[in-house]
Amino acid sequence: MSEYIIKNGHVFDPVQGIKGDKKDISIKDGKIVDKVGSGAKVIDASGKTVMAGAVEIHAHIAGPKVNLGRIYRPEDKLFSCTPTKGMERMGGGASIPTTFKTGYEYAKMGYTTAMEAAMPPMFSRHVHEEIRDTPIIDEGAFPVFGNNWFVLEYLKNQEIENTAAYIAWMLRVTKGYAVKVVNPGGTEAWAWGLNCLTVNDPVPYFDITPAEIVSGLIDANEYLGLPHSMHIHPNNLGNPGCYETTLDTLKLAEGKKAKNKFGRDSVMHLTHSQFHSYKGTNWGDFESGAKEVTDYVNKNKNITIDTGNVTLDETTTMTADGPFEHHLTGLNHLKWANCDVELETAAGVVPYIYSPSISVCAIQWAIGLEIPLMMKDPMRCYITTDHPNAGPFTRYPRVIKWLMSKKARDTQINAFKHKDKVLSQTSIGSLDKELSLYELAQMTRAGPAKTLGLGAMCGGLKPGMDADVAVYNFNPDKPVADPDDIEKAFSRCAAVFKSGVQVVSNGEIIATGHKRTLWVNAKVNDNPQVIRDINEKFIKYYSMTQANYEALGHHFVPNPFALEVDATTQV
Amino acid sequence: METVTITLKNAPALFLEADNVSPDVFAGKTAAQIAELHVHEGNTTSPLGKYFEVSGSAGTTAADTKIVVKGDVKKVKYLGFKMSAGEMVIESSADQYVGAWMTGGKLLAKGSVGAFAATAMKNGELTIEGNAGNYLGAAYRGDWRGMSGGKILVKGNAGSDIGMYMLGGEIVVNGNADVHVMTHAEGGKTIVKGSTKSKLGGQMVEGTIIVFGAIETMMPGFKPNGEVELEVEGTKAKFAHFIGDTGERHKKKKGVVVYGNLYKKI
Repeated sequence: MSEYIIKNGHVFDPVQGIKGDKKDISIKDGKIVDKVGSGAKVIDASGKTVMAGAVEIHAHIAGPKVNLGRIYRPEDKLFSCTPTKGMERMGGGASIPTTFKTGYEYAKMGYTTAMEAAMPPMFSRHVHEEIRDTPIIDEGAFPVFGNNWFVLEYLKNQEIENTAAYIAWMLRVTKGYAVKVVNPGGTEAWAWGLNCLTVNDPVPYFDITPAEIVSGLIDANEYLGLPHSMHIHPNNLGNPGCYETTLDTLKLAEGKKAKNKFGRDSVMHLTHSQFHSYKGTNWGDFESGAKEVTDYVNKNKNITIDTGNVTLDETTTMTADGPFEHHLTGLNHLKWANCDVELETAAGVVPYIYSPSISVCAIQWAIGLEIPLMMKDPMRCYITTDHPNAGPFTRYPRVIKWLMSKKARDTQINAFKHKDKVLSQTSIGSLDKELSLYELAQMTRAGPAKTLGLGAMCGGLKPGMDADVAVYNFNPDKPVADPDDIEKAFSRCAAVFKSGVQVVSNGEIIATGHKRTLWVNAKVNDNPQVIRDINEKFIKYYSMTQANYEALGHHFVPNPFALEVDATTQV
Repeated sequence: METVTITLKNAPALFLEADNVSPDVFAGKTAAQIAELHVHEGNTTSPLGKYFEVSGSAGTTAADTKIVVKGDVKKVKYLGFKMSAGEMVIESSADQYVGAWMTGGKLLAKGSVGAFAATAMKNGELTIEGNAGNYLGAAYRGDWRGMSGGKILVKGNAGSDIGMYMLGGEIVVNGNADVHVMTHAEGGKTIVKGSTKSKLGGQMVEGTIIVFGAIETMMPGFKPNGEVELEVEGTKAKFAHFIGDTGERHKKKKGVVVYGNLYKKI
């Protein structure tokens, strides 16, 4: 493989504590190395910012609900198509881009790893076919467990070992990466016409509470020692006053400790926290609960969060929180698609316009920015838009602009129709903090990589790590004349390397590298009961056989990378 | 106002997508520069000059530019696409998407036009001397934002699904209209001086449909609401009033439920 040296860039690497020093980064055989030979190709990065490839911890970018959005929103592709160009294949879609466009757009912004946040296990084959067709970036997918019949039955009886054995089986057959929980119990309750809006609302028939599901899944996750923590979208998303449910959920992690060999410290990842930090009793007195939520998270080191920033765009919401999408279509009267996945989960899709002239949307925008600005440890708070729910991931450069520039925030606040309401219902106006490039690297690289259990592999530039490197046309020595320059610089990289292959040059795709599918192979002791239960459920309830269930072989996972976990010996 | 005349001299074998033919794109360009603009025939991109002879010159702005399209352009799509000002005259019949997404200016089609004319039109005037195809002034596929302003006059007949998802503006059809008029509409007005078939105002939330001739089959979701005297397009007459679609959600304004209105001349 070729050797490269990225010379004289301002390097920001939280893994090594490098804060903008001028350094050379050497690449050999796909890894970062101490030095390379004199024949190495030189990339001149003087006057530029150099960081590790960014890591996306939560986005909906592959699978049936994403594709349902693509199918039922042809208007999303209108005027957003990109024709074949050089290495690039044709792409389309603004909030739900095609697989190819997804890979290209992430790469051009300097992202080299991304996680699909909700994989319906029964449709893992579809998820993996789309991951396979998304070029460049390494991807993993989180199967959803929070409404799964096996989990509900095992955890009702506090059978952590059986739950763990079932999770291990599921991760293997779906080539999954982590334990995802969406509206625990609530989506199953919705099949009965109900929902779970607090952690103590019992799930009909199963007679278990969301609190028991969440607590049990954390225990099972740590029993296995998985790379990532339990990753949760709590109950009561998006409703005024929901921050109380969020705090009740976070409290379930109290006293629990991470147990894994991957360097992860957290036991719970709260995703798109913006949607879960609302105070007030209705949309009229709606206000920010960012302070309450971040105060709690700041104090409890075993919790990590991501933001879910509202980007003020027309987008497509999609979640395994089926009842929420039904609620949303009742609010905005736009088209609604729903899909139940037998025994496992469900999903809904509704288009949504976050309009700057609607006060609720403007307040949501502010909450999304308050959270990262109020978090004391950037290693525990990661930037997301819950793509495409709060906005498309292609807006990350704009979110970065808002976080790095108070002036940019003030410009946006002044442009809101209900500016006074935004200022009275949130504290965005009084937050003077501007994110540094080092903090940005923590929030988009080192932090998410560590929490995903990938901290030794990516998210940093230490010799021995994967050579995922992004070079931005941004000179940290020069004052920012116009905040829009920040957005521009982070939109298109000068150069991006993925596993040592240069994939982007001057904002254009020049190679598609060799993307990998990340999954977790967890070994557990033989568990005849769980195997019997799985066989029985397939015979009695599933509409397909086990032979047609597994995502197996070259067609689905052509380039797998398994993280090995051994849970056969428990101390 | 300066005039550019484009005359079709080499007819395309396939349908031609001419989305650059609008006063906005032509403005400030010479005939030679206009001839260099792209058109698409199937998957082949070629200069406009391959098919059209270009004469005259454009004004400095769209508002100062008039385009005259000569020759038989019945296989040409997107004429007047996204035009915001100025004038355009199409002397023969044209294919789909005439005046689609237009936001201003005047567009006159002397022949008939294909489907999707004035898709999501926001403002301006579109006059069609022949017949209009299906989905006139409708929303793009999948979208919920149809025509929201401006005026369309069809001197002949119109096809099906006109004014689908209409939000505002006005469509006048001097002849007849086919099935589905103002389906899902939340505003705007459609006047059909001839007759209509069925499914008028299906799932209509707000808006007005006025029919001078017959309605073959009424939607069951519309209910009679007495008779009114109206002056429509210079004609004073008595109309039977219906409100609906009662199967659809309706807003309340000042405590009163707002329905879609359907008037049929008695």
